[in-house]
Order: sequence, then C-alpha cells, then structure tokens
Amino acid sequence: MTEALSFEKSRPGLPGPRLPAAGVQALPPASVLPAEALRQTPPGLPRLSEPEIMRHYSRLASMNYSISENFYPLGSCTMKYNPVANEAAAALPGFAYLHPYQEEDSAQGALELMWNLERALAAVVGVERVCLQPAAGAHGEWTALRMIQAFHHAAGEARTEVLVPDSAHGTNPASAALCGFRVVEVRSGADGRISLADLESKLSPSTAALMLTNPNTLGLFEREILEVAELVHATGAKLYYDGANLNALMGVCRPGDMGFDAVHLNLHKTFTTPHGGGGPGAGPVGVKEELVPFLPRPTVEKQDGRFRLDFDRPQSIGRVRSFYGNFGMLVRAYTYIVAMGGDGLTQASLDAVLAANYLRGRMEGLLDLPHRGPCMHEFVASARSLAGAGVKALDVAKGLLQRGFYAPTVYFPLIVPEAVMVEPTETEPKATLDAFTGAVAEIVRLAQDDPQRLHEEPDNLPVGRLDEVAAARRPVLRWSPAQESPKELVEQP
Amino acid sequence: MPYLVYSDEDRAQMLAALGLESVEGLLGDIPPQLRLQRLALNDGLSEQETMDHVRGLAARSRVYPDRLSFRGGGVYRRFIPAAVAAVTSKPEFYTAYTPYQLAASQGTMQAIFEYQTPIAELTAMEVANASLYDGATAVAEGAMMAVVQTGREEVVAAPHLHPEYLEVLRCYGDGRGFRVRVGTSPDQHSAALVVQQPNFLGLLEEMPALTRAAHDAGALMVACVDPISLGLLAPPGQYGADIAVGEGQQLGLAPSFGGPHLGFIACRQELVRRLPGRLVGEARDGGGRRGYVLTLTAREQHIRREKATSNICTNHSLCALAASVYLTYLGPDGLRQVAEISFARAHDLAARLARRPGFELAFPERAFLNEFPIRVPDAGAVLGRLEERGILGGLRAGRWYPDLEDVLVFCCTELNDPAALDELEAALR
Amino acid sequence: MVERRYSETHEWVTVEGGTATVGISDYAQAQLGDVVFLELPKKDSTLDAGASFGVIESVKAASDLYSPVGGRVVEVNEKLTDSPELVNRDPYGEGWLIKVEVGGDLPPNLLDEAAYKKLTEAS
Repeated sequence: MTEALSFEKSRPGLPGPRLPAAGVQALPPASVLPAEALRQTPPGLPRLSEPEIMRHYSRLASMNYSISENFYPLGSCTMKYNPVANEAAAALPGFAYLHPYQEEDSAQGALELMWNLERALAAVVGVERVCLQPAAGAHGEWTALRMIQAFHHAAGEARTEVLVPDSAHGTNPASAALCGFRVVEVRSGADGRISLADLESKLSPSTAALMLTNPNTLGLFEREILEVAELVHATGAKLYYDGANLNALMGVCRPGDMGFDAVHLNLHKTFTTPHGGGGPGAGPVGVKEELVPFLPRPTVEKQDGRFRLDFDRPQSIGRVRSFYGNFGMLVRAYTYIVAMGGDGLTQASLDAVLAANYLRGRMEGLLDLPHRGPCMHEFVASARSLAGAGVKALDVAKGLLQRGFYAPTVYFPLIVPEAVMVEPTETEPKATLDAFTGAVAEIVRLAQDDPQRLHEEPDNLPVGRLDEVAAARRPVLRWSPAQESPKELVEQP
Repeated sequence: MPYLVYSDEDRAQMLAALGLESVEGLLGDIPPQLRLQRLALNDGLSEQETMDHVRGLAARSRVYPDRLSFRGGGVYRRFIPAAVAAVTSKPEFYTAYTPYQLAASQGTMQAIFEYQTPIAELTAMEVANASLYDGATAVAEGAMMAVVQTGREEVVAAPHLHPEYLEVLRCYGDGRGFRVRVGTSPDQHSAALVVQQPNFLGLLEEMPALTRAAHDAGALMVACVDPISLGLLAPPGQYGADIAVGEGQQLGLAPSFGGPHLGFIACRQELVRRLPGRLVGEARDGGGRRGYVLTLTAREQHIRREKATSNICTNHSLCALAASVYLTYLGPDGLRQVAEISFARAHDLAARLARRPGFELAFPERAFLNEFPIRVPDAGAVLGRLEERGILGGLRAGRWYPDLEDVLVFCCTELNDPAALDELEAALR
Repeated sequence: MVERRYSETHEWVTVEGGTATVGISDYAQAQLGDVVFLELPKKDSTLDAGASFGVIESVKAASDLYSPVGGRVVEVNEKLTDSPELVNRDPYGEGWLIKVEVGGDLPPNLLDEAAYKKLTEAS
C-alpha cells in the first residue's frame, strides 16, 4: 500500500479555510511595506479540504508500527508503555496555555512542578541539582560537557580530551566534538566492560571527562565502577553518566553514589514520555556540588514558599535553548513519577531486569548468547549461530517485522558480531515475551529449512527493502511540481 | 502499581524458569555498598489522586484568555485547528519510535517528507531538514554550518536578534570555539551574519541590503524568520539568504510555558551536506514502489561520530507533524490571510495606543508586521492596569535593552478580535 | 611510470611525467560499500603529503581521504559527481579521484603491492 503525497492530491483553486474578518480598518500591507519586503510568489503549500486531510493522515498512521500496537524490544531505547494520563495532564490549560514570559507570580504552578520534578529526579539518581532545559539526550550530554569544560576552565586547567568507550553511542563523541574536545577511545574487554588497564593508560592531566553508561551497552553492570571513579577522580577529571540504561537501576542503586559527577537522563526512555516518531523528548542533567555553579540559567528556586527563576548565576554556562525546557514533556514525566512513587519506580526496574533475564533464558538454543548471565535490563545475543545457513542479524530483524514485532537493535554494539540487542522493559506481559520467543524459534527453524524465504521477508509491509544507495546518490528531499507522480498512485480513489 | 503488568504468579514463573528464588539473584554484580534501602520519593497514588494533584498545580497558574493575550517575544497564541491535535494524538504517530526501521515507519517518514517540503517552500530554499529543537538552537546550528563552510571563526548577530537566541549562540560558540559579535557589518573574519525578520521588537529589517553586506564580506547570510510572516513577507530565498532558520511554534503548537516547540532549518542545495539532523529522501523498493528513507546519514552522529555536523539524534518530529497539518489546513491563501489579519489588527492597535497621551511608537519610522514597540509613561503601571482586566499586556523591552526602559512590545494575532482591542484601550483610560 | 604505491590509509598513487594520480584501493571500496558522495578539493589547491584532502561517503560510513603526496591539484575527476559508483566499479581506473603535480620522488613511507597486501590481510 502506498499513499500519495498531500502535494499530489492538491487541487489548484480549492479555496482555503474560512477565517474571521479582520474587523478593523483593513490596511493593505502593500501600502505600508516597501515592495522588496513583500513576497513575490505564494508558497507552494498543498490545497486540500479537511475531510481529505483527515483521511490522508489516518492512512499514513496505518503504515506505522508504534508501541501502542507492537512490542519494541529495542536495546537501550526503553520502549515502555506511554501512560495516557500523562497526555491528559500535559493538555491541561494551566500548563498548555502558559506563556513563558508571563510574570512569575502568575506561573507559580508551573514553577512548582519544575521544582518538584527536579527534586524527584535528583533523588532517583543521587545528585545535588538537576537542569531541566535540554531538549533531548544528546542536548543534555552536550550541556553536561559544557559544564565540565567550564569547571576546568575556571580552575585554570586546559583539559582537551574526553574519553569514550568503544561501545559508546554515537552521540557521545559527537557531543564532545561540539565542545572542541579531542575524543579518545577506551577499549572494553570481551564482555563489554571497560578495561581498567586501558583506562589507566589513557587518563592524563589533559582528560576532562570519561563518559560511561552503566549498565553498559551489553546490559552488563560495570562491577568495577567504584575503581573507575577513583581512577578518573585521581587525575582531576570528571565522570559523566549516560542515562540511556537507567531503567535497570531505579531504587536499586544510584549513579551519584557510584561517583558520577554529571548524570544525564532521557525522559523519553526511563520516564515514559512518548517518542513521537523521533521527539520531542527531554534530556535533563543532574550534577554534584562542584558543577552546580555552572548550571544553565535560569534555575528554579523556592524562597519563602514562592517559586522564582534565578538568572543571577555569574558562573553559569548560559543558556542551552530558549525558555525553560520542553515543559510539556516535563509535565508528562512528573505525572508518571507521582503515580508510581518510589516503590513503583523500584518495582519497575526490578521487573525490567527480571523480564530481560527471562527472555534471555528463552533465547538459549535459539541464538548465540556470548556473555555469561545474568544481564540487567537488556541483553545482547548474536545471530552468528545462523551464519552457516547464510542468515544474518538483519534477516532475523526482518523476520521479526514480518511477524508483527518491531525489530530489536542490530549490529550494535560493534564489539559483538551479528549483534541483536534486546530490551523488553517492564510493561510487556509474559505472554508477549513468550510469543516473541515463538517468533524467534520459527525464524531459526526457517534458517535451517528454508533460508531463502527469510531473505524475502518482510513481504507484508507497505514497502520492501528500499534502495538507500540510490537515495543517497541522487537525493530527493522534497516534492517538486515538476516531478511525475508514480504510476501506482495516479488511479487513487 | 500503575503500568506494571506482572502478577506475583508471573514473577514466580519467570524466576522459576531461571532457577531463582528471588530477583536478588540477578543483582549480584552490584557492589553491596551501592544498594539502596529505599528510594526516598513520594508514595505512589491512584490515577484519581495523581490527576487531582496535577490539576491542583495547573490551577495555581493564571491562564489568560487567548483573545486578551498581547504578549509575544518568540511565542504567540494562534488559532490551532482541531485537525492538528486529532492527528498528533493518534497513537500510531505519537508513540512511534524514531523511524530507523523504514518498512515499519513509512507513515512517519512520509509525514516528515511532507514537512520538509512546505518548510522549503515557505522559506523559498531548496532543502529543509526534519526538525530541530527550537528557534534558538536552530540559529546556533545555522551559524555552525557557516563556520564549517567558510572556515572562519566569527559570527555577527544583528542587534535585535532574540536575546535568548543570542545567549544560546554564545553558549555554542564558547564550546565550539567561535566568537559572537553584535552588529551589522560582517568582515573578512565573519562566517555569517545572523538577522531576525521581523526582529525581537517586531520591526522589519532590510534583508536584501544586509544579505549583500554579508556576501560582499564572503560571509553567509543566516535569516531567522517568523514562519507566519512568510505568508506575506519576502522569504529568505527571495533575497538570496544561504540558510533560513526559525521557530515554528506558531504552526500549530501550544505555548506550553516555552516548550516543546519547533526549530526549522533550510538551505541552498550546495550546503545540504552541512545540514544537521535527519533528512528524509525518496527511494524505490525492488518492485518500484515509492517509499521514504533517512538519507545522507553519513553526516549524522551515529556514523560520523565526532566529525558529525551536529550531535542531534532525537529531534522534534511530532511537532513537525503538527506544523505539517497546520500548513496543509491553511494552504497558501489561509496562511496569507492569517498574516494579513494580524497585520491589520496590530496596525490598528498601534494607531489607537499612539493617540493616548504619553504613548508614542518607539521607532515610528520603522515598518512592522504584527508586533510593535511602544514607549509608555510607566510600563509597570500600564501592565498592572491591564492585568486587573485579565489582559496580558506587551513585553517589557527594558528587561533586555537598558535603552528601552518603559517600552512595551505588543503583538496581535487573529485571536485578538476587535472587541478585545476595545477592551485593551478601555483598560488604559 | 612508477608502479602503484599505497598508503596505510588505503589510498593508492601512481606517477607519470611529474603528475601523480590518486585513488582509493579495492579493499577500501569494498569496506565502504556503495559510494554515494565525494567531497574533493578544488583545482589549483595545494596539498601536503599525509593531509586530509576530502571525504568519501557511503550509506553506512564516511571516511576522510588522505593524500599520499604533496603538491598542486591539477585535475579532479568530475565524472564522480554524477557517477560515484565508478569508485566501486573501477577503483584503479575510471574511479581515480585527483591528479597532483609532484616535484621529486614519491614519499618513502608508501607501501608496495606486496606490503599493502600484507596490511589488508592483517586487518
């Protein structure tokens, strides 16, 4: 099934929607503004009626997988249920219709929510203060590195390097480079845990920070984390926590207690705010005492029972975005935390760890499990056991799509060949985990009996495998009037 | 407990399958001294109590009626058609993951392609990306593109660029190592000239002349534009800008105390490989069917890592969807009309306020669109009188510009009906 | 004509009459996958031996290109703008990248055929 573009359905001459009259002395802009300031040709926006618009988007929606319908076992993504109560909360007029430049006295409810959320997140991860401004995880990462950079600068130290594990997510080195740091890779052992020896050899007076996630990208807890923290701090560097895998730890242990100086969080992972097809999210950053002076401004403060924005922070790194943060997402995460409470969040993490271990156990005999258990909230399997049949991790992923499951992360982390990274989360019923196991079993059976069939999957989705090479060689990044509509769309009803 | 799905029996069965008595058996890798006794947070609540609590917080802020809101400064109340929320609240869109698995995400992918196209059309540029966080970070990203493209280390920002956008630009500059200078004369050290149109005070800048000044100095022109204004005003492509950026909040997004909003960026074809963030492109499958792919991904963080154009991963996709629905709903005529209505109402209000004793337009010789700065006898008192009538008055320019103490910046949109303008005038008598 | 030499970063170079031709090796193109785009220097720009002179992109990777020789760029393979796949199809022939005017001998650290083969087998 394909759906024509809105532009292809557009009909010239279809009038726009009815709008209210100006109702005041109608002054033609052309009489007030110079000709060169005016638009010469109208923008080529589509002309569609509302019934057509609604149908168009409903049809597009039907071409999507989503967590509301499908299991997403994506490693390090924490695709858990997005509570609908959060949506109701964010839509309340007392949140949705607030202007960021209203006087503080008229926005006390919003400021109180932010203050409460900050306290709750600080308690979960064990830090002093939390900045709610960053709009996404990568943004939060960069914010943390800027604060660390400012800290060293204030201490008169020129530290130019950031250490990143070889198993790290791509945003880690990219965020470091945005701050002008040189990125140095630290090797992991075969189990993906950081090599203390290699770390020690790479730490130096030039090191600004080590970026780590714990559990690591193989879902294994860094047992030697206290030693890592000691080594890093002994050289005067800071330890940064990538919060992608926090779902394993809530109420169990805290990054702050492990020695992390800056802790980033993904509200769109651990704290259930919806992914939106690629955002908006939110990436708050928590910091220990020493980094507090460098927090972006403004911060939210409580004084004599009133809440205010504090702009008077002389050592602040400044602003990382306009206004105060993705407030609508903060409301959603806050609502979740209020509903769960401390015991609820703890149970969520324990269930996430149990679910991952249960599912991992059921993969035995089906896929290769390169590391000895137990795992935390996610595990990495390998499809190399199917290599003899010419079947790869990619085919396993496509086979799962065929069977209605979103594919797990494949080919990451790079240190495991034919990697399949699975994170079920705590909101998948046992029956779903068992059904997933059944699907994998079927794929493994096909790999032995009829591998060619697997290479042809998925065949039940709107499109087959798309030619990404041609798309990158001759990119078409927008519709143009000159383009011909594909034949299969011309006869659309 | 809310949202958890295992009964005690489920847990027991799963533990039994692992040969364990309790989940403690899975936590052995954690050093015992790190284990928490208990997470020190509130007790959990029922849905009813949760919503009560949250509603209580919402009630502690004042909500000004749309029609009586005259404050802009980068965030504006606009009429949002019901179609926007109806589409963005479809779970298939708002709970979908980032569209890496293309075959399972064609709905989102086509929606983004249908967002990139109108942004390119509006700005009259050749290509637009799949969204950024907000106008401020879009300005910073546009500036960084220019720094990389020219190899120069200075960015010139025009004097009335949104002050928060300027702060963010400086923050990125401090990290990346480029300088920011406020002015309008780029020179041989300048990578870019960044100008906002209309500017923070609502006034129109002379974009063609400023673009020429940038190009004469070998710098790129980065135009930070109001998307509704582009229904009426010359778009960046018309005056030869190299990069167009801006804040898309007015395209169907609620003010929401400052976020989530929408950054947009578009540029000339030549600069496409410098664009940050995701790009959706057209592609064919083996059977010749058309679909959409994430393309030119070699620019992005997951491949280029430290040499990526930016570090952005999660962007503001759902907000881009809202913008796409809004622009489709309005069409070219509707967009122009919204801009014209706002223009007419603002000019009417400006004329009426300027007639009051002690009130005068701060820059009477300068043209404006739907936002204007006006000098008043006592800004605090004026705002206070409006507040008493439930009116959110103009923005205090003196907060950022010491030379503009007692200047208020008022804006009008299609939501401020003529009776609202009467009420505002009456409040000041 | 000097027989083909290789750098450790997988570029090759041949020299004829004072002009060096530079490309990437068959091993490199196979590792990269289908080439989609190249960022190459302008004619008449000067390169240093060992310095980065551009970027080669495939769908899944982007790599810097390092010049095995120093000198002035006298020609850039224009065909690659529309047909980057030439680099995959014929990396030593039609898929050449740039031609550089060189002064004296080739730098001594370049590998001969046998040494380069050893390098790729070790990877």
